[in-house]
Amino acid sequence: MVETVLFYILAAVLLGMSLVVVTRTNPIASALAMVGAFGALAALYTLLSAPLLAVLQVLVYAGGIMVLVIFVIMLLNLHADDLKPMRPRGLVVALALLGVLGVVLGPLFLTVLPQGQWTLASLPADFGGIFSVGGKLFADYLFPFEMLSLVLLTAIVGALVLTKRKL
Amino acid sequence: MEWLYPITPTHYLVLSAVLFGIGTAGVISRKNLFVVLMSLELMLNAVNLSFVVFSRINGELTGQVFVLFVVAVAAAEACVGLAIVLALFRLKENVNLDLFRSLKG
Repeated sequence: MVETVLFYILAAVLLGMSLVVVTRTNPIASALAMVGAFGALAALYTLLSAPLLAVLQVLVYAGGIMVLVIFVIMLLNLHADDLKPMRPRGLVVALALLGVLGVVLGPLFLTVLPQGQWTLASLPADFGGIFSVGGKLFADYLFPFEMLSLVLLTAIVGALVLTKRKL
Repeated sequence: MEWLYPITPTHYLVLSAVLFGIGTAGVISRKNLFVVLMSLELMLNAVNLSFVVFSRINGELTGQVFVLFVVAVAAAEACVGLAIVLALFRLKENVNLDLFRSLKG
């Protein structure tokens, strides 16, 4: 029962905040709503027994990426008349595309999803904790993990090359 | 109204799909570069949510490890994306996507 109430509250916060992100004219308002949406998403992760991901969601997304976005928005110092509100025509096109996608993919998903009860696997005690996820990461996914450091290095170099005026 | 209770993975998957839809609508309909980037992040997070749901269904941690990878790639994407926004702003003194149409046929 508690899980049900929490799920609906968090889902409402998540969807409401994401609608604010998409509809606001001011990008700062969008960014702040995004932080709220990520907080709700982190709480949903704990409901799904993924506590490590919940912490990382707050640390990396809400704490790292969104601060970077807000920093760049403030750095550019946009004027109010540069900001364009959402165009209703674009929204109509987007909703039509999504409707077509739902009509095409919906029946496909309904055949894949189980019709009756879901059978959830029983979980070990430390499921989703730092020891189990870290063990999986460093045992089975060591090579992709090391490649990830290369990706991040490339991103740093790329960002520097793109933003530097004269190399 | 019996589908409201109890919460099944289907509820989470529908939530993830709606979140992805909101993100897609943002990417398609907005002209502000920042909001487009943030809507992209919303789409990535919707996918992350379904990864975690399937990880919970199967009791298998691979889904959560994938979410870690997606978060790291999203950080790299945000870094390069914001650098591109800075470079574009230097070009036109604006972040409205309608101004960047040199490649439009």
